[in-house]
Amino acid sequence: MTVSPPAQPDARGHFGRFGGRFMPEALIAPLDEITEAWEDAKADPTFTAELARMLREYANVPSPLYEAHRFSEAVGARILLKREDLNHTGAHKIRNVIGQALLAKRLGKPRAIAETGAGQHGVASATACAYLDLDCTVYMGEVDTERQALNVARMRMLGAEVVPVTTGSRTLKDAINEALRDWVSTVDTTHYLFGTAAGPHPFPAMVRDLTRGIGDEARAQSLELLGRLPDVAVACVGGGSNAIGLFTGFVADEQVRLVGIEAGGDGIETGRHAATITGGDIGVLHGARSYLLQDEDGQTLDSHSISAGLDYPGVGPEHAHLAATGRAEYRPATDAQAMSAFELLCRTEGIIPAIESAHALAGAIELAEEMGSDATILVNLSGRGDKDVHTAAQYFGLIEEPVVLDEGTEE
Amino acid sequence: MSSIDALFERTRSENRAALVGYLPAGFPSKDLSIRAIETMVDAGVDLVEVGLPYSDPVMDGPTIQAAADVALAGGTRIRDVFDVVKASAATGAPTVVMTYWNPVERYGVERFAADLAAAGGAGLITPDMTPDEAEEWITASTAHELSRVFLVAPSSTDERLAMTAEAASGFVYATAVMGVTGQREQTSNLAPELVARLREVTDKPVGVGLGVSNGAQAHEVAAFSDAVIVGSALVRCLLDHDEPDDALAALRALVADLRAGVER
Repeated sequence: MTVSPPAQPDARGHFGRFGGRFMPEALIAPLDEITEAWEDAKADPTFTAELARMLREYANVPSPLYEAHRFSEAVGARILLKREDLNHTGAHKIRNVIGQALLAKRLGKPRAIAETGAGQHGVASATACAYLDLDCTVYMGEVDTERQALNVARMRMLGAEVVPVTTGSRTLKDAINEALRDWVSTVDTTHYLFGTAAGPHPFPAMVRDLTRGIGDEARAQSLELLGRLPDVAVACVGGGSNAIGLFTGFVADEQVRLVGIEAGGDGIETGRHAATITGGDIGVLHGARSYLLQDEDGQTLDSHSISAGLDYPGVGPEHAHLAATGRAEYRPATDAQAMSAFELLCRTEGIIPAIESAHALAGAIELAEEMGSDATILVNLSGRGDKDVHTAAQYFGLIEEPVVLDEGTEE
Repeated sequence: MSSIDALFERTRSENRAALVGYLPAGFPSKDLSIRAIETMVDAGVDLVEVGLPYSDPVMDGPTIQAAADVALAGGTRIRDVFDVVKASAATGAPTVVMTYWNPVERYGVERFAADLAAAGGAGLITPDMTPDEAEEWITASTAHELSRVFLVAPSSTDERLAMTAEAASGFVYATAVMGVTGQREQTSNLAPELVARLREVTDKPVGVGLGVSNGAQAHEVAAFSDAVIVGSALVRCLLDHDEPDDALAALRALVADLRAGVER
């Protein structure tokens, strides 16, 4: 299934000047162990066949490539949707968690921990741990456990322990901090099932390897459907796992533009956003050098987005590198743009997208205006929007009593 | 000879371990953090670690996190940290800053080193930066004659112990447990072995931290190390007492107990 070789980080995990490992020494040996185990596993046909079988039989992968005719007509360009929303658990995240859970088994670790913001990676992790018989603990900011009560219930149904994190801003970044604190104390028995293509080496490269099926499949499907490649591939970028998964399949095809859409929140100029590359600066957070939202003393700033899955003040280092080299472009879509695209997809295609993915759709609408009707735009529909129904209903004023749907909400 | 080297020469001649005390700058306030440092030096701390409060302290347990939150909420800036360093160095005790890496990188590594040296600081402890990523810091610390205190852990391979000790100066910080900062009931049984492994590869002084909170524990750790590092227990004195005089009295009493421990 490998179509183009991915950009390899150097031996210490650097993508250009980005990435690396800024971690306590106590975790360096465990990270080395994972690096080596992942290299071995990737080269082991038994492991790769097992992973492929699980993704096929259990996760409903490969996902279809779908030409969205009515949406295309509405936006004025040919739009192809990579339907990751049809995967088990409703998003691309299952690809990463099944792979890492299988690696945890290979490492002989009986327990996995994960961080989660909106709850999607937590639910995916709890799912993979139930499927592969691992104990699972999920750290989740207390603020998020309150606004995502339904996902907390989902994780608990699947047998995971959910720990509300009460430190710092009590959101995703603090959940990562708390998971790291757990990990440094339990690393002999525990794998940290990191949820995005960020963090210390080897996580950015490993998560990329596990999600690159998105782009590899889409590339082959484009050739089959169109007889050629799309002009541009678009994905939303929070930490960046779905985007790096899509982009990797096309990085070697220089004629294909790669566009990452960051969460513009209320607008970059307001300071209330999560557009890390567009509106942040270079620094170190959660183990890697990349872009982040920070004040002039290097303290991490809170991010803001209507999409809980994009509401993170950092971004994966390979995206920073792709931005710095100019191979990929990054631009913001505001909450308002994303919700407008969300509504358009619902009404034209009968597909309710995740609000994260609606940012990619908003980017596609803007690109369609710029590129004209001859353009073929591939959009990664990274997840489905069931989890976002309450947020969207509130946003569009479709419900009168917010209290009635007090669960399963984003915010 | 650096002030840290001179300290270890002295404590070795006195046949005892040095006592290292950690407190965050700006906690509970800038002025009180200075008074607390002066108190702990007066009561027997040999080397001061000034913590630079950071928004995402992944190596720290609840006590130091709480203190950092107070310091940041109180508006503590990097320039305040340098003021605290200056006051600490004025006591005569060698003073290092313990900081996560991003604030240094953001401030500018060379600029940070210059300003730290100008404030009388003796070096940096970098809990989330290992020598692997330290090229710029090694250059700047060499230029400004600052010590580079790197951490080692029970999980460190022999190869990494040697590499880290080689890159370190002042002392090597051995984390006694696999875990975050905070008090523990018992001292670690991993620490003696770690220090013994370290002695195989270096003659540099070894400080042991994480989990020491009283004189008896300090005495145990002093038996196999060159420095006993205490943090959370000292911070706890300031967290537990609302009245500054009570807090400083508790701090003085604890330091006296710890100092007796390293001298026994």
